[in-house]
Amino acid sequence: MTHRGSRVLHIGSLARVEGEGALYLRMDGAEVAEARLAIYEPPRFFEAFLRGRSYTEPPDITSRVCGICPVAYQLSACRAIEDACGVVVEGQLAALRRLLYCGEWIESQTLHIHLLHAPDFLGCDSFIDMARTRRADVERGLRLKQAGNAILELLGGRAIHPVNVRLGGFHRIPTTNELRPLAERLRRARDDAAETVRWVAGFEFPDAGCDNDLFALSEPGTYAIESGTPTVMAAPHTAGLPPESDRALPTRAFGVHDFGVHVTESQVPHSTALHSLLDDRRHLTGSLARYAISGRWLSPIALQAAHDAGLGDPRQGTVCRNPFRSIIVRAVEVLYAADEALRIIDAYEPPPRPYADVPSRAGTGHGATEAPRGLLYHRYTLDSEGTVTDAGLVPPTAQNLGAVEEDLRRIVQERLGDGDPTDAELTTLCERAIRNHDPCISCSAHFLDLTVDRT
Amino acid sequence: MAASDRPKLAVWKFASCDGCQLTLLDCEDELLGIAERVEISHFLEASSADAPGPYDLSLVEGSVTTQQDVDRIQHIRAVSKRLVTIGACATAGGVQALRNYADVADFQTAVYARPDYIETLATSTPISAHVPVDFELRGCPIDRGQLVEVITAYLAERKPDVPAHSVCFECKQRGTVCVTVAHGTPCLGPVTHAGCGAICPAYGRGCYGCFGPSNSTNFPSFIPLLRRDGMDTLDVVRVLRTFNTAAPEFDAASRKELEG
Repeated sequence: MTHRGSRVLHIGSLARVEGEGALYLRMDGAEVAEARLAIYEPPRFFEAFLRGRSYTEPPDITSRVCGICPVAYQLSACRAIEDACGVVVEGQLAALRRLLYCGEWIESQTLHIHLLHAPDFLGCDSFIDMARTRRADVERGLRLKQAGNAILELLGGRAIHPVNVRLGGFHRIPTTNELRPLAERLRRARDDAAETVRWVAGFEFPDAGCDNDLFALSEPGTYAIESGTPTVMAAPHTAGLPPESDRALPTRAFGVHDFGVHVTESQVPHSTALHSLLDDRRHLTGSLARYAISGRWLSPIALQAAHDAGLGDPRQGTVCRNPFRSIIVRAVEVLYAADEALRIIDAYEPPPRPYADVPSRAGTGHGATEAPRGLLYHRYTLDSEGTVTDAGLVPPTAQNLGAVEEDLRRIVQERLGDGDPTDAELTTLCERAIRNHDPCISCSAHFLDLTVDRT
Repeated sequence: MAASDRPKLAVWKFASCDGCQLTLLDCEDELLGIAERVEISHFLEASSADAPGPYDLSLVEGSVTTQQDVDRIQHIRAVSKRLVTIGACATAGGVQALRNYADVADFQTAVYARPDYIETLATSTPISAHVPVDFELRGCPIDRGQLVEVITAYLAERKPDVPAHSVCFECKQRGTVCVTVAHGTPCLGPVTHAGCGAICPAYGRGCYGCFGPSNSTNFPSFIPLLRRDGMDTLDVVRVLRTFNTAAPEFDAASRKELEG
């Protein structure tokens, strides 16, 4: 890359994220003039080739957008297509979907915590490096991840791109006896998850905040995962508060049918991922947003763990806006998912049929669920034969890009205030900031080239 | 063993969903053992450490969809003693190879307001279309057990023991009742490469071919079975053109089906 009339440094590659990206920083003396996170994962054109497919196919096809959160794609697709067809899946079938999603949360969030993110706090290159001195922590992570995969394998057939999800429910539902050994494993997982919360709570966290609106689904009475209403919590500056404020602020909600009215996508020249704005403002989805909006509905064991880990009590109106502490929030969510999976298994009574009928009809449907990395929205238009004529997918990473860029700009600006950092220091700092948000760039690539442009 | 004595493993990504690389991280029971046997020299999803080649074994995920990819795979081949592709994208172009039947400009316009910002090739091609490949591991995604076998085999300098027969054999091994015979469910098992353990029939659905064609397929006999079980021409074309679209056998059968 060359930039006319300026010094350009090409200083590294971002690892331990999912996908390929590049970061361009332009600094004017001691001021950060521009921070651009470019996604250069080659485009794969899902929205184009979904046109002309049968309405039964998007759950299998869109799971291939992301191998790390296939269930999120499958269930957002199911919800959107069922919405177009006027079907709502309820009762034990809905509970089994939530159980499957808990498996993905445990597996995916644990992968992020133990294998991708924790090495940052411990000064290691990788979990392999980390295992040399902290083998028990890595083994606990692998065991926990395996428990999440066990849910996916039993209920979905396999951990990556499960085969058992279909419109209306499942191809085959488990017997009560089949779930019993899973419960045994999940009780151990719940202990491992509680230990993980304690482990990550002991890391050192820089002071930081995020001054963006937070965006997640909400469903009163439960921690929203596989369904809910899109809900926005205002950014601190709207109340004259500093970005690191831990006070909950007013929320507003809108129907998922109006998603496209509020969340608008635009294309920028530097990225194959589209950028989104929510009512013309930057917003952040993911763990911090979910915890702010649904935290009060966590189960008692998860609430207690959050409190003990220093996150405060969301029932008293406390939220966490420090992106570095997102690793604790994620660990609390893993504990919740293990606990919730056990609750679902305990209450399970096999439904009479594995799926509800979903007859096709012409129309447009909308669906949103909470992927591990944030709110994932799908939209499909069907003709009367059940053929997809239009499709729209809005992944969390695309929504978060604006907020992540703002985070990077702020973090580099603060570092510049402490003296002139080397490019290597800047790379480490920016990589950490990006991993705080867990960008799943496979909806993009695996590589952050950091370019610093100093004028 | 000192780091320098261990074989060097590299994992590379092209256009894909990351699921096949994740399969390596999903080998929870074997992962730390593998990491002790090999030096993981390049695996960006898992490690910031990045050592230069040459590499003893390169695992390549994803298909080739940009000019930069064409150049990059040549370089990877040049610095790799053995090169193994992992997954349907790397061995058969992946789901993104659906562009091969379309005008890619139409695809760009459908997704992007400014298609001129997007650089892409008109096709999505397997790695073997560009460089010699030592072994192709099938699947969307690959199977964990087969991946461990392939890595172990190359470390021991022997040929991987990965069967090339059809999914039907795996149903028999698993004791699953044939969904086509018993229920008239259309199933791609007879023409699909083994490896998944015949999961779909065990879950009451027909195989949808995510491991691509088996080593001996007989489409003239097989397609009438799909028709008997209720699939029309478009259904047959769609099921062959999904995750292994650019596999020559599936491609030829789908073209023949459309020509009538």
